[in-house]
This record gives sequence, C-alpha cells and structure tokens, in this order.
Amino acid sequence: MDTTTTRKNGDWLFRAITLLFAFSIIVILVIMTGEMVVESMPSLRKFGWGFISGSDWDAVQGSFAALPYLYGSVVSSILAILLATPLSVGTALFITELAPHKVGAVTASLVELLAAIPSVIYGLWGILVMTPWLQSTVEPFLIDHFGFLPFFRGAPYGVSMLAAVCILMIMIIPIITSITKEVLLAVPQSQKEAAVALGATRWEMIRIAVLPYGRSGILGAVILGLGRAIGETMAVTMVIGNTPQISLSLLSPAYTMPSVIANEFAETTTKLHASSLMEIGLILLVVTLVINFLARLLLWSVTRRWKGGVA
Amino acid sequence: MILRSIIARRAVSAGATLLMGLATLLVLLPLGIIFYHIIRMGIGSINMGFFTNIPQPPGEPGGGMANGLAGSAVMIGMASLVGVPVGIFGAIYLTEYGIGRLATAIRFCADVLSGIPSIITGMVAYSLLVVPLKGFSALAGSFALALIMIPIVLRTTEEQLKMVPVSLREASLALGVPLWRTSLKVTLRSALTGVITGILLAVARVAGETAPLLFTALGNQFWSKKLTEPMAALPLQIFNFAISPYEDWHRLAWAGALVLVVLMFGLSLAARWLGSSRRTG
Repeated sequence: MDTTTTRKNGDWLFRAITLLFAFSIIVILVIMTGEMVVESMPSLRKFGWGFISGSDWDAVQGSFAALPYLYGSVVSSILAILLATPLSVGTALFITELAPHKVGAVTASLVELLAAIPSVIYGLWGILVMTPWLQSTVEPFLIDHFGFLPFFRGAPYGVSMLAAVCILMIMIIPIITSITKEVLLAVPQSQKEAAVALGATRWEMIRIAVLPYGRSGILGAVILGLGRAIGETMAVTMVIGNTPQISLSLLSPAYTMPSVIANEFAETTTKLHASSLMEIGLILLVVTLVINFLARLLLWSVTRRWKGGVA
Repeated sequence: MILRSIIARRAVSAGATLLMGLATLLVLLPLGIIFYHIIRMGIGSINMGFFTNIPQPPGEPGGGMANGLAGSAVMIGMASLVGVPVGIFGAIYLTEYGIGRLATAIRFCADVLSGIPSIITGMVAYSLLVVPLKGFSALAGSFALALIMIPIVLRTTEEQLKMVPVSLREASLALGVPLWRTSLKVTLRSALTGVITGILLAVARVAGETAPLLFTALGNQFWSKKLTEPMAALPLQIFNFAISPYEDWHRLAWAGALVLVVLMFGLSLAARWLGSSRRTG
C-alpha cells in the first residue's frame, strides 16, 4: 500500500515536472511576443500607422518611420524566393526522381552542409569575395547591356540590393530543397508507377503524378524559406549597404528590418529610438509568426496525410 | 489531353531532365566556391597563436581569437545547461503524455518558435536581462542561446523517443516499474545516442549564431573575468573583423570562419556517426 502511494506520487510529480518544461515552450512564445509589444508601445503610440508609411528615420530629431526597411526586406526576400524556388524544386526532383540512389544521397548531404553554414560565414564570403566580384564584373555588365531598364541604373557599388538577393538565394535554397525533398519522398510509389505504366515519359510522370501530390508541401517549403529570408540578419547586413532608401534599381544599396536592428539597437541614445527599433522587431515577429503558422499548417497536413496513408 | 508525337514528348522530358541536373549543379556551385575561399584564405592564419592570443590592433602581428573561442564555449555551455534539460523533459512529456490539444499546441509552438528570427530572441534577452542588470553580459548571451536551443532539442528528442518500441515500455511497466522510472531508465536510455545526436546538432546550430549575441554578450576585445561582463564570441569576432577595413583583421576573420566551420562539421559528423552506429549496433 505504502509503495503504491509513493509510486503514484512519483508518477504524478514526474508528470507535473515534464509538463512544466513542455509548457515552457508556450510561455516563451507568449513572453517573447508580449515583451516585444510592451517595448514597442511608446513608438506605437507616438507614430501610429505613420510608422509604416513614412520614410523619415532621424535619431537626432526623434522622428522614426520604417518604410525603407520594410521595402528592403520585402523586395530582397521576394526576389530571392522567386530565384530560389525553381532551383530548389529542380534539385529536390533531381535527388528524388532522377539521380541513382548513391548520387542522390551525396547531393542531399551536400545540400544539408550548405544549410549548416552559419549566416555570418555567408556574410564574410559575401562582403570579401562576392561583392567585389559583383562590383568589378557583374554590375558593369548589367549597366552596359540592361542599363535602359530602371532596375539596372546607377553606379556599381558592389554592396547593393542585388548582393543581398544573391546571398539570400544561396542561403534559402538548401532549406527549400531539403523540405521539398521530404515532401516528394512522401509521394506514393504506386502513383508514379501508374503514370509510367500508362506510358508517361519521366517528365510527364513528374508533372502528372509527383508535383500535384506534393503541391501544398512544396508551397509550405517555399513559405518557410520566405520566413527565413525575411528574418535573415547577419549576411544581409554585411552586403546590402545599409542605406535607408527606396530605389527601383537593384544596384543601389538598401536596408532591411533585421539589419537596422543589428546596426543600431546596441547604441540607441533615446527611449524612443529603442522603442522604434522594437516596433520594427515586432513587425518582423508578426510577419514571421504568420508565415511560419501558414507553412507549418501546410507541411503538417501533408505529413499527416502521408502517415495516415501508411498506417 | 492533346496527343503529341512520342519524339516531341521524349525531347521535352530530356530537356526537363537536363534542367534539373543543371539546377543541382547551380545549387552546389556556391558550396564549392565558399569552401574553397574559406580554406584558402583561412589556412594561412591558423597557428598556435590563433588559439592562444587575443586579437591585436591592425598592423600588429600575432593576433588570435582565443577569447572568442573561450567565450563561445562558455556561453554555449551555459545555454546547454538550461536548454538541454528543458528540451529533454519537455520531449518526455510529449511522448509519454502527449495526446490531446495541449500537446499539439506545444509541438506547434516549438515549430513556430524555431522559425522566429534569432535577432528577435536577442532583443527579448536584451529587455529581460540586459536592461535590468544594467549592462551587456555573457549571462544575457547564454540566455538568448538557450531560448534558441530549447525548441530544437525538444523536437529532435521527441523524434528519438518516439522510435523506442512500445513493447519495451510495456515490459518495464509490467515488471512493476513506475512510469517515471520507465521513462528515464528505459525509454530515455535506449534512445540515448539519438538524443545526444540531437543535442550535438543543436550545439552546432547555436555555435554559429551571431545576431542574438549582438546586444546581449556584445563582444569583448579582451578576456572577460565575470559572467556579468560583455564577452567575446567567435561568430561576433568574425562579423566585426569582416566589416572592418583592415587586411589583418580580414585574415583573422577567415581563420575564424575556417575554425567555426571545422568545429560545426566535426559536431555534425560526430552526430551522424553516433546515429549510424546506433542503427547498425
């Protein structure tokens, strides 16, 4: 009798302790969001909606508005996603559908390697190798041949929106590729065999049997990549030129939300300045929360369906 | 469907195949180029001094990143002290009791949490620790890193614990062992190598984190004596030296990058080796 009660007590205690730790995840998320909201209050009250429509960022005058940072974040991330998606899906298809097993496995682990490289090392390579190359070779070429387009006007600085897009593209490709690979692996073999049995060529098999099945999963992977691109800090800060301006030209320097936080947050002079940076952080947090929420819902639905089909 | 000649269809298929191969080459190309540069630029500055000296002002020879390496080790160690137990116990809850809405919510939050930009974790650590303690500190840096570790450890550990056969648990319970002892001594122990793999991967991930340290640990040109002082970290030093205009510091940054990459790949190779030895053993 005695041992049974201690055992029950032990189990009860164990459950309570583990629950406490597990629940801390939710607490952390709530505290993080709450803290960001509280710290942004002074700026939210003072500037209201003007914060995201104006472009005046002046610490001395005490007026802050974040449009150039929003613009830089949105444009760099979207362009990076547009370039990265076809390459990532192509690579994932290569790994799962085309390559012999061993080649596919090696390619997959090389992609994982790319994903493991820290952001600051991409930045180091970006600032010391890639931007000088862009400045000396790529940008003059673009100006000479496509200078009539508004996107390629101006002088070749090296550090630019173009550099940020390039480095972001390189960084998010491994993420999109490895998740897309997982999604494609979940496509039932029978689907593909059916397509081939009906006389489909390899590409037709992929188009008819593989891609439609993986569509929402691939979308989830792309959205997750977008979230990563928007929140990416170090590498972008090092190559984008950190100039708060809105320019159509990809060759001119720009600024992003995480970059301005990284550059200014440790050295704020006034409460309002700190609070404005917090509000930028809050915008970033809300955007990434929504993006992650969507992506996880899409990916969860895919993996659930898959598990349901097997079990 | 419109019928086309088989030759045209085969040509389209061959073209698509070619494009996929090309995409793969394009994706892997930067990996090769980046590694080439890190090794070529970094290897020359790696010597004993790199591991024993602190950075020197530009122009003076013999600088190293010893304080950054030590700072990273200290902060990762402290972050693991918090992050690993919270992650593991949380994962035990999810595997042992984890049915129902609450568990799903916790899993979902963990996934969402790991997608939050790490710079925001740094801002939160700043307002929770740096402001009240009135100064940048290694403590705040470790706290930020711990917040990043928790969801990673939790999710990888849960995956590992789920793979332990139910029959093993049932056998233990049938022998009269209470559930909590079963969890710790049977389930966790049989998944141990997998759990360690997950921890190594989490450590590798936070070892390269720079953004959350920018306004918590801040960085330090010298040795830090206390945990309540600003502390150097390897990725922070790489960042600061890379954006400086000095050749000497660029060289140090490349060497630091080489060391960081070798460390991280060492960790993930160890993790992989552990993982595979478990499967064959």
